[in-house]
Amino acid sequence: MAFVAGPDTESTVAGPPATAALLSVRDVHIGDRTTDREIVHGISFELAPGKAVGIVGESGSGKTLTCRAVLGILPDQLAVSAGSITLTGRDIAELSVKQWTELRGSTISAVFQDPASYLNPSIQVGPQIAEVIRVKKKVRRREAMDRVLELLRSVRLRNPESVYSQYTYELSGGMLQRALIAAAIAADPQVLIADEATTALDVTVQAEILDLLADLRERTGLALVVVAHDLAVVAQVCDEVLVMRQGDVVEHGTTADVLYRPQHEYTQLLIAEHEQYGLERFLDVPREERA
Amino acid sequence: MSAPSVLEVEDLEVLYGVGRRRRRVLDGVSLSVSNGEAVGLIGETGSGKSTLARAVLGLAPFSRGRVVIDGQDVSKAKARQWRDLRRRGVVQYVFQDPLRSLDPELTVAQSIVEPLLIQGISSAEAHARARAFLGRVRLDEELLSRLPGEISGGQRQRVAVARALVTEPKLIMLDEPVSALDSANRVQVLEILKGLRQAGVGLVFISHDLGSVAGLTDRIAVLYQGELVEVGPTRSIINDPQHVYTRLLIDSAPTLRSAAAKRSEREQLRALLHA
Repeated sequence: MAFVAGPDTESTVAGPPATAALLSVRDVHIGDRTTDREIVHGISFELAPGKAVGIVGESGSGKTLTCRAVLGILPDQLAVSAGSITLTGRDIAELSVKQWTELRGSTISAVFQDPASYLNPSIQVGPQIAEVIRVKKKVRRREAMDRVLELLRSVRLRNPESVYSQYTYELSGGMLQRALIAAAIAADPQVLIADEATTALDVTVQAEILDLLADLRERTGLALVVVAHDLAVVAQVCDEVLVMRQGDVVEHGTTADVLYRPQHEYTQLLIAEHEQYGLERFLDVPREERA
Repeated sequence: MSAPSVLEVEDLEVLYGVGRRRRRVLDGVSLSVSNGEAVGLIGETGSGKSTLARAVLGLAPFSRGRVVIDGQDVSKAKARQWRDLRRRGVVQYVFQDPLRSLDPELTVAQSIVEPLLIQGISSAEAHARARAFLGRVRLDEELLSRLPGEISGGQRQRVAVARALVTEPKLIMLDEPVSALDSANRVQVLEILKGLRQAGVGLVFISHDLGSVAGLTDRIAVLYQGELVEVGPTRSIINDPQHVYTRLLIDSAPTLRSAAAKRSEREQLRALLHA
């Protein structure tokens, strides 16, 4: 595996001791069982409480597959062919279906880009989220409902009471995406995987969601894995960034090192592409210099 | 006197729904686009951006106002006149999801030549042009025999652009054409669009990616709750927005070197906006 880090960069693979990490991904390879073709050629990172790791790279580079491997939901023909993933100290390869059910939602949770496929279209949105809370947090119906309304408000849905009793087809894509984010954080997970979770949202709503996630990191120690093609979002949210290309991690380091002092030519290209049409290029006074 | 307009929208009103559920989606919107000018249309979901594009394309009926495309008033155009306009290919469109603008059962070549064959151009000539336009969007000729499902998302979007270009339109309506693309494809499509502007094509570019809008357009129009609240040169809208919503929008976007404006600042703007 090519590994590039700035001269002043602590290698994060060697990173903090494993006991401190909520999630450890160690040299994970993902392959296609039917063709023996390897798709992800070794990715490693550690995620401590309150931290955020970003994964960037072109379409098809293995970002989403890595997320799915961490969640134990790889497509049928794919499997982790080498390496290990530990979640709160437990090797996920050894988890039973029942154990996974216990972990999902309350320990690890995820939001993907395509919102239509994750909520049940035949059940109202609110009761679906309330059910998660009732089961995971063992609270009464009424309390779960109040908590859902609070969550819907926190993701800036304008009319939480009416969204609560609506079906998915009655919500716009942006509203549905926000409902999914609410569902993903409903059972207070320790790790949240956000795979292009705010990409389709209005910029003003995205800002609110990113603030909400920042609050949760601070308040509850929520840790994030962020996949985003918008490098500005990664710059705002993440402590550490991995750059993937064709299944390889070509660069891994602190956000400042990777985004401001990129070493690998592919990272340099990604940043050049961002900057060619990046908002910062068109601001006469850079925002960081504004009073 | 400014350059001749390829699009004039005057006092447009669009209503959706009937009876008590009737809503005004666009209210008194006026906008013009000159030859070779790119106008960005920004605003939140539900502000009416896509409705405006649809109204211009004859896909959303409007209750008041006028739409003039390349000198021709299409406000009262009947289906037959729209067919004729589309056949001549004066106005074209590209959507976010190219699967919506491409027929999944037609090969890339068939998709691109279709508008030309409808115009009565010979098959040989149409295929020659298809190859030329595929080159213009920097795609390899070997893609011509593939189906949309067999190529990548970025390639599909470039095929959709080639298809829109092949009739040499005066005006192209682009609704979030780069939102689903990764950064390499995004830059490529934006560069192609920039080249069109130089070739005299008028563009209406709808996007929630402010960097793309800033980099491609000459002017920006800001829609808020169905009304055009601000129109001006791109540089001044980005650097000196006047309307509170525009300020909130620009301050909400992070950049590579700085986060979005602080929540307290955004909340102040929000309070002003709802006051």
